Amino acid sequence: MRILVAMSGGVDSSVVAALLKRQGHEVIGATLQLYDHGQASKPGACCAGRDIMDARAVADKLGFPHYVIDAESRFRDSVIENFADAYARGETPVPCVACNQGVKFTDLLGMARDLGCEAMATGHYVRRVEGPDGAEMHRPVDAERDQTWFLFATTKDQLDYLRFPLGEMPDKAHVRELAQELGLEIAAKPDSQDICFVPSGSYVDIVEKLRPEIRGEGEIVDEQGNVLGHHEGVARYTVGQSKRLGDIHTAVGERQMVTRIDVPKRRIVVGPRVQATEVETRKTIRLRDMNWLMDAPPEGVSCGVQIRAREKLRDAVVKPLANGEALVELLEPAMPAPGQACVLYDGSRVLGGGFILAGA
Amino acid sequence: MTNASAPTYLDANATEPLRPAAREAVLEGLMLSGNPSSVHAEGREARRFLENARSQISAGFGRISGTCVFTSGGTEADAMAIHAFGRGRRILIGATEHDAVRKAAPEADIIPVNGQGVLDLEYLRKKLSDGVPTLVCVMSANNETGVLSPLRDVATLCRDSGAHLHVDAVQSAGRIPFELTECSVALSGHKMGGPKGAGALLLPQDEPIDALMIGGGQERGRRGGTQPLPAILGMAAAFEEAQKQDWSHVDRLRERVEQVAMESGARVAGRGAPRLPNTSCLILDGVAAQVQLMTLDLDGFCVSAGSACSSGKVSASHVLTAMGETTGASQAIRVSLPWDVREEQVEAFCAAYERMAARLRKAIS
Repeated sequence: MRILVAMSGGVDSSVVAALLKRQGHEVIGATLQLYDHGQASKPGACCAGRDIMDARAVADKLGFPHYVIDAESRFRDSVIENFADAYARGETPVPCVACNQGVKFTDLLGMARDLGCEAMATGHYVRRVEGPDGAEMHRPVDAERDQTWFLFATTKDQLDYLRFPLGEMPDKAHVRELAQELGLEIAAKPDSQDICFVPSGSYVDIVEKLRPEIRGEGEIVDEQGNVLGHHEGVARYTVGQSKRLGDIHTAVGERQMVTRIDVPKRRIVVGPRVQATEVETRKTIRLRDMNWLMDAPPEGVSCGVQIRAREKLRDAVVKPLANGEALVELLEPAMPAPGQACVLYDGSRVLGGGFILAGA
Repeated sequence: MTNASAPTYLDANATEPLRPAAREAVLEGLMLSGNPSSVHAEGREARRFLENARSQISAGFGRISGTCVFTSGGTEADAMAIHAFGRGRRILIGATEHDAVRKAAPEADIIPVNGQGVLDLEYLRKKLSDGVPTLVCVMSANNETGVLSPLRDVATLCRDSGAHLHVDAVQSAGRIPFELTECSVALSGHKMGGPKGAGALLLPQDEPIDALMIGGGQERGRRGGTQPLPAILGMAAAFEEAQKQDWSHVDRLRERVEQVAMESGARVAGRGAPRLPNTSCLILDGVAAQVQLMTLDLDGFCVSAGSACSSGKVSASHVLTAMGETTGASQAIRVSLPWDVREEQVEAFCAAYERMAARLRKAIS
């Protein structure tokens, strides 16, 4: 069948394209240009960057068409700006979810349909399983690479059209071996790290450049408002973290953590780690923009929830609310960070998920 | 549907298919083992061919052979002209110039164009009336729309004010006559049906210029580096053939493309202006150029979008933006018929375009 492969220029999506081509499909490669690499580096550098050239080299070598899609303005509006806005609200956003949801699984997927493709494949590590009620999303075979948490917002309709061949791979080494075997030069290319549009690794610089109003020093205070120290910018903090609090731990006499971020007052509120665990943890979490990958259960569903990218599952009951919201009732209290995703699992299957709202 | 293994090539403004006469000339050039700069017999033989090509091309532009400096192509010729004639002068360039000019003169003032893509002569006249020494760069024909510049009027304004005129004639050379002699001219061999790798800068007179590369002093000190003889011979042969060609056949087929496109809902950029006989810029409102390009490519037709980065990314066309287009600047493709285009190819394209327009316009409505 004619299938569009979203190619990043990395090993994973290159292997996907090569495998599908080897299986005899009519493969069309597409790489999204999300931002101008040339501006980020020195003058004279191509706007496309090395990854796009790598993707094109793979397509040329294997003999299928490859196109570069200009998604710069859309990525800026739907991902980078929202990323900065979220920090400005004191949240900790997950830009990869926004990108998968919008630029990749809405725009690129729409383009694949326009081109008469029967499916679109990506190099994500998730498994798509044909269930009795249509396509289901499951954790991949390789738990190390699990990307389901980042893809919870994939709609049923999108999931139906998508293919994730790497979900069945035992491990990354196997994927690299395949790349080698398929003759791909990028077989040994390092994995991409962190947030793609923050090449320097300092997301704070980007946030503060886009939202200069939140830049600047502020106070670190306790729950009563006593000033314990100073910080260099609220965007550097996430609820639950103990880093970047300087000598406050020793000054107070016990380990502290961030319990709240007050952006308008530019204040970081902290509390003793032990006490905070009792005071600030919650047994209920409200979620917005729920995406159900099962029929939304009116009575709620008992399941496992994961409230950070790398974390254990917590037992909970999740009930749908009005306006696309849901209420998560945890069996044990936890400390959710507003803006992060809360994803629902039943065994390996993703049941749905939403974004964590501030307050209970 | 056309077989994907034998695509229909309608992207002549990117590069013309090689003309048979050019192919022969290239092969002949490959057999000339001498370096045209050498003093011995083999060198003299190579030089004889080289100078013959030089005379041929210069004569086609009404000039003596000493005005012709061979380059690697159009981009180098433009950069060379701007380097040589832009020093100590203010630079004015047309808003729809090719990047070969735009990027070589990043500080230049822009001469606007009207909605049809035609240069604003009144603006240029006013600018030049201040007597500031100026280099004016105007293309003879636009690569995306085919729109011709009012070169005779531009040349008069430049002469009256003492400005140097440089004309990027890469797209028009061989396709339409070129009458001006008091200007420098950039040429590209492969846009005429020659091989890639050779071009020329024609000077207003036989004069020394400040070279970009000095090297061994080839081209009489105006461009260092051993001349690519086969490519130059191919360019000269292609130019002869292009000049002899009757382009009315191509013009007629181009009109057919535009009629079908307009019936399918497209707009033709610059349709009201004088244009090259082979070029159509078709705006299909609401459908991204990238999607049109991919659809036609997958269907076996080679066309292009106005402004593609070397990576293949399609951005909004600065040419169409200068003509006042907004979203349309990202929704246009360029169809440029090659010198050897056949009627059945055009008919097949028309059918594919109709299919595409019907499907994609339905998808957006």
